[in-house]
Amino acid sequence: MGVRYLPAGERGLVVEFGDAVSIEVNTQVRGLALALEAARIPGLIEVVPTYRSLGIEYDPQILSFAEAERKVREVGAALDPGTLPTPKRVEIPTVYGGVYGPDLHFVAEHAGLSEAEVIRLHSQTVYHVYMIGFSAGFAYLGGLPERLHTPRLPSPRIKVPKGSVAIGGSQTGAYPAETPGGWRIIGRTFVALFDPLQEIPTPMQPGDSVQFVPITEQEYLRASSVQPGAETGSARARE
Amino acid sequence: MNGLDQIGSREMIEVLRPGLLTTVQDRGRFGYQKFGVPVSGGVDEIALRAANVLVGNTQGAAALEVTALGPRLRFLAETVVALTGAEVEGDIGGRAIPWCKSFQVRAGQILDVRACTRGLRTYLAIAGGLDVPVLLGSRSTCLVANFGGFHGRPLATGDVLGAGPPSAPLGDLAGREVPEAWRARHGSPVLLRVVLGPQVDAFTEEGRRTFLGSTYQISPNADRMGYRLDGPVIAHQGSADILSDWVPLGGVQVPGDGKPIILLADRQTTGGYPKIATVIKPDISLVAQLRPGEMLAFRAVGVAEAQEIARKIEAELLGLRAQLVCAESWGYAAGVGEVPGGVSLDQTEGPAQVPSTAEPAAHGAVRSPMPAKVVKVLVEAGRMVAAGQPLFLLQAMKMEFEVVAPRTGCLLAVHVREGDAVGVDEVMGRMETTP
Repeated sequence: MGVRYLPAGERGLVVEFGDAVSIEVNTQVRGLALALEAARIPGLIEVVPTYRSLGIEYDPQILSFAEAERKVREVGAALDPGTLPTPKRVEIPTVYGGVYGPDLHFVAEHAGLSEAEVIRLHSQTVYHVYMIGFSAGFAYLGGLPERLHTPRLPSPRIKVPKGSVAIGGSQTGAYPAETPGGWRIIGRTFVALFDPLQEIPTPMQPGDSVQFVPITEQEYLRASSVQPGAETGSARARE
Repeated sequence: MNGLDQIGSREMIEVLRPGLLTTVQDRGRFGYQKFGVPVSGGVDEIALRAANVLVGNTQGAAALEVTALGPRLRFLAETVVALTGAEVEGDIGGRAIPWCKSFQVRAGQILDVRACTRGLRTYLAIAGGLDVPVLLGSRSTCLVANFGGFHGRPLATGDVLGAGPPSAPLGDLAGREVPEAWRARHGSPVLLRVVLGPQVDAFTEEGRRTFLGSTYQISPNADRMGYRLDGPVIAHQGSADILSDWVPLGGVQVPGDGKPIILLADRQTTGGYPKIATVIKPDISLVAQLRPGEMLAFRAVGVAEAQEIARKIEAELLGLRAQLVCAESWGYAAGVGEVPGGVSLDQTEGPAQVPSTAEPAAHGAVRSPMPAKVVKVLVEAGRMVAAGQPLFLLQAMKMEFEVVAPRTGCLLAVHVREGDAVGVDEVMGRMETTP
């Protein structure tokens, strides 16, 4: 399937690269998003990368749909993937189980593994950030080992604590804020997954690699308490 | 961003009663959707911009968005204000509140916006703009992520908000009117112009015909995130799920049940339902003023036509300042800080409270201010109640609010039961008529 350029109202353009979850397609989306931001096209307001498509908002005072499409095609054609910034490797320190991960036992039982094996498997996997969406700072991660796929709760919890690390079906992720949620909670991080005081408000960006790093309850409590306001720490980034 | 900073800010309004849902909004938070941050901003952007123009602000200054049932505000300093969008019933210093016209307010005066009458959302702009911190490039309240605006939440009793310095002497800013053409933006049913797509091919030919040929009603499930509609089911071509992608403003997504949802200011940035069409931005202002129960239909226009419409409206908006009509100056109201018959409500927790719709004293009817569901009847018939005492707990637009006794006396009769649906001005109870 070729790339499609679809209108979204009079100020939106969706560039669709495919219709499946794949790192190749997602990498194309990321590349075009970064290239368009770097190109600083007058009238281009913002880009929203997702799994397999790029949402583009533009100003119809400045660009017609045809002009917007042409500019985007030009930037896409001139794109040299070698010039794009390298994705980061982000570590999310996580305390697993206990009061922080009330569903760890269920996930282990469902997988036919011990809790320790679930922690090992979940934390040794390197996940790919496909996109940020659903809520501010919520990263859609790909790569959860099939063994850990676990059905969601029959009915969602009213309150999932901020920072909860969880598994829902074939996905895993971390809740940036206290919200309702139906995923199985296996642990918690002190990292602030969304901080509106930072110009770049989320530690994870599309294309980044993410690993959850097991920490002890003592380490979690110490990190939470040294931060101004509970549970607002920084992710560790490394090259 | 709006040319304001903390310097020159002064305390301007104290909230005596917050209303159903009153939030600080500007034109929205752009550039952060890629981090999952909703755009937010005034749902009726045209009305927000017009209100700002009236009081001499830049069009993107922060103002209050009032929803259905309004706030009661005490002004702490002299200023000029303007209300646009939905027409309101209420008073300032014993006089009716001017609509679409800027007016001067003296320190100590109380503005009581009781209810939005025609339309749903009123914009209240103050000369100099509301001074709340700029977070991620905007002063808008992001209700879903609890940041921005005033402490990331709707206004509450006791809040004090500041305003920046006015752009001109107050006398020059008062008494300005928006031309007639910019006022009448409310009606039902309304015809919304849409551009088909981005996922129009996820629907059958018949599904598209149903969408464009039917009238839909706004369900009670309607808020700043979006309006769920009731009406004929739109048939999908295959699955109703797509891989999550970008959700534009005005996107009309159709989940598995075939009932469309129009996505508004507080929408999620991404979603997994196909979008049959996108409402053009100028027509979002029409949607913003529709209430649950009201009707709408869709008409398809091409992208080029949609852009032509948007360009024309934008050009007119940019020229709005020059079109303002300078009316006879609306000077100080007679009374200062007093509203005859006003009910003082001390409320810190719990749902918003509103007096029942104004009623000649002789009749004693307690009416619902808007279409709502009766959640609870709080007082039995035959009881004595005090002025301001909550009588009914209602729910509308996913928000709960209380209707309070308009005066002290006996509640003679209760005409509704829990679970009942009540219409606007429907009589829910009756109070004794002689005090």
